Amino acid sequence: MNRFFDIPSDLQHSWLGLIGLHLREALLPVLGGLLLALPLAQLCVRLRWLYPPVLWVTTVLYAIPSLAFFVVLIDYTGQTELTVMIPLTVYSLVVLVPAIVDGVRSVPQETLAAATAMGFGPVRRYVQVQLPIAVPAIIAGLRVATVSSISLVSVGMLIGNQGALGNLLHDAQIYNRPELAWNSVLTTAALAVLVDALLVGVRVLLTPWMPSGSGATRTRKEATAR
Amino acid sequence: MNVLHFVTSFFTDGAHWSGYDGIPTRLLEHLTYSLEALGLAALIGLPVGLVTGHYGKGGNALTLLATAARALPTFGLLVLIVMVAGFGMLPVMIPLVVLAVPPILVTTYEAMRSVEPSPVDAARGMGMRESDILLRVELPVALPLILGGLRSAAIQIISTATIAAYVSLGGLGRYIVDGLYQHNYEKVVGGATLVAALALATLAVFWAAARAAVSPGVRQT
Amino acid sequence: MSGLDSPGNGLNPTVPPVESGRKSQTRRVFGVLIRIDSVTKRYPDGTVAVDRLSLDIPDGSITVLVGPSGCGKTTTLRMINRMVEPSEGTILIDGVDSRQQPVNTLRRSMGYVIQNAGLFQHRTVVDNIATVPRMLGWSKDKSRARARELMERVGLDASFAKRYPYQLSGGQQQRVGVARALAADPPVLLMDEPFSAVDPVVRKGLQDELLRIQEELGKTIVFVTHDIDEAVKLGTMVAVLRTGGRLAQFAPPAELLSDPADEFVEDFLGADRGIRRLSFFSSAGLELLTAPIVAIDATAEQLAARGATEAPYLLVTGLDGRPLGWSEPGGLTAGQIDAGQLLPYGRPFTAGQDSLRAALDCAVLSPTGWAVAVDAEGRAAGVVSQAAIGEAIRGAHAHAHAAGPEAAQKATTR
Repeated sequence: MNRFFDIPSDLQHSWLGLIGLHLREALLPVLGGLLLALPLAQLCVRLRWLYPPVLWVTTVLYAIPSLAFFVVLIDYTGQTELTVMIPLTVYSLVVLVPAIVDGVRSVPQETLAAATAMGFGPVRRYVQVQLPIAVPAIIAGLRVATVSSISLVSVGMLIGNQGALGNLLHDAQIYNRPELAWNSVLTTAALAVLVDALLVGVRVLLTPWMPSGSGATRTRKEATAR
Repeated sequence: MNVLHFVTSFFTDGAHWSGYDGIPTRLLEHLTYSLEALGLAALIGLPVGLVTGHYGKGGNALTLLATAARALPTFGLLVLIVMVAGFGMLPVMIPLVVLAVPPILVTTYEAMRSVEPSPVDAARGMGMRESDILLRVELPVALPLILGGLRSAAIQIISTATIAAYVSLGGLGRYIVDGLYQHNYEKVVGGATLVAALALATLAVFWAAARAAVSPGVRQT
Repeated sequence: MSGLDSPGNGLNPTVPPVESGRKSQTRRVFGVLIRIDSVTKRYPDGTVAVDRLSLDIPDGSITVLVGPSGCGKTTTLRMINRMVEPSEGTILIDGVDSRQQPVNTLRRSMGYVIQNAGLFQHRTVVDNIATVPRMLGWSKDKSRARARELMERVGLDASFAKRYPYQLSGGQQQRVGVARALAADPPVLLMDEPFSAVDPVVRKGLQDELLRIQEELGKTIVFVTHDIDEAVKLGTMVAVLRTGGRLAQFAPPAELLSDPADEFVEDFLGADRGIRRLSFFSSAGLELLTAPIVAIDATAEQLAARGATEAPYLLVTGLDGRPLGWSEPGGLTAGQIDAGQLLPYGRPFTAGQDSLRAALDCAVLSPTGWAVAVDAEGRAAGVVSQAAIGEAIRGAHAHAHAAGPEAAQKATTR
């Protein structure tokens, strides 16, 4: 067990240090992705024709292997965290844009009409009505994007140890210490589960009007009850 | 412009078109890995998603399972399995399947749940067997969403199957990994372009499959 | 309105003076097809949806289960085809316990129609209708031929055959739903609020169509609705259920309207049950006056002769005999009658075919207070005053009362 947390000194970080680094490298891109996705999604809601091409472009960008993406970026941003974070930002768009578009579209027309009738301007309506109602869908997207981002950071190890917890994999191989690989995988997975749970908590806090538990199952049962 | 230059020089180099390291061979290898992984993931995700979705039970357990699978880092898993079990197909297949099962499983479950209850009620009232209700009433309606889940799993697999090269196997990842170590960016960019093109082709295949398999009565935007 | 007022659409030519058309069939002795015997449905959480319900559902007629939400009417229906299993009691189909046969065999022997039709959106109209025949092992061709036959039966144009449900209106979808339920020619049809989701005009059309189909095919139909008007219009027998799943009254609609069992039923029937009950009295007994009718080309002598009738107004008809409008006797000059100057005559009723309710409605709507009766071709058959209709209503009530106890006994099964 001791050897499990015995991090080789060449990584220049403690275990907790690696965790902090990992979270930064994984979460900042998702945040950036969200900031990009919000206006992009709104644009797609407004201009329906824009949505399919945006989906195709994000999907193809998403399909570019992370390693290749990193390597191409090294020319511009060097072997830095930024090189890892830029692709992760781009990848998060493929999940976040559809999530926000679907969420905003799921707001019933009557609700929007009611808001307009009450004198909400387009901006206020977006911020105070559409966005809050879209929160569950947006957070569902954030969960997938975050967990996948946390997983992908590890690949950064291949471009000069920019993979935070993933760097343990490198040392595991050169020092032939499998427990370091275990540490990397388990810690990363635990981080992902933790952040995911945190996001669920945020969802519950932000949407007190939603029934807890799976709403779909309940309504269906009720529909067949009588 | 740099990248574009790499792309053209990669594809115009005749040496990249033949032999065991030629594009056709690598493409075929990549396709084989991807199809195998997708097939395995579908074999696990589809039946479980269909049945749980049909009965509407176990949704929470399913979400938990999918979250856990998503949380496992693909690259870390690959290195770990190689270290524990040695080189071979297994270290590649396990991470790819773990990667692909959650989208298939979750979308299939949700697609089945999204089917309107009234046709199911009508079918049951007409005396249709449960298996027929699942396969002939719910599945055709849920199919567009299910295909969407399979498509997203396929794209992730194709992109990620490049890791096979890291453990000395073939596929398009060969160009990327070799290019990285040889500082040959032309190879890296060429390989990435091929992967992206393959992903694009996959999108087209799924689009065509949806056109062919989904009834015109099931309108999906 | 005329549909509501003439439930039988004159299909029974020997209309007795008291009850019109289809309703008279309650006098015929029906066999019992479905016997619900002290059935209770209790859910695991303790709620009781249906409480010791007993009903004998007669063969070859429409039995309507009606009541407010939570009265267990849908649960009762769903227990018949075992979509819901009773907690206690038995349901006998043709004398046999419904649990005797495999559940899917039971269900395939009963048509099932639900609120939003529940069509299979991935199948065309013919293939939707052919579902049960295909399940029963009929060939594809035979099933489709049968489906096309049924499309005609439910009033759907053959051009709809290859369409998908999303290409149909709500009313058309519901017609497909009915056709699908009839496809394997089951003796029983279970209908769960089938017409609730369509607009009133379409609903009326569907109701008339159902009555016609029932006349033609003689199915045993169990029909659930929360709409008492629909229950009264469609039902040969109506079971009113109260919240908590108990039977409040089981009677033919006319009896329900005249003798509600208790306050609950009376409340549920609404304020104007007296007027609505008139739907069940034929207008055949009304004494129609023909003297106050003049043709538009009437001569001065004819006009003078008509002026002396008991009616304060004259009804002017066209050359084809159809009514044009009312006029005061003095206001007409032979050869110069201007149709545009006449008072409107409101809505005529069809003598003998429409009910007293329709006749009264016509008189109330007419500016002169007199109702115009027409024959089947729309020609004026006579006129009748509000007073005369009131007289006929009193007469009909007295007659019904005399026949009442015996009729009630026949209708109420227990």
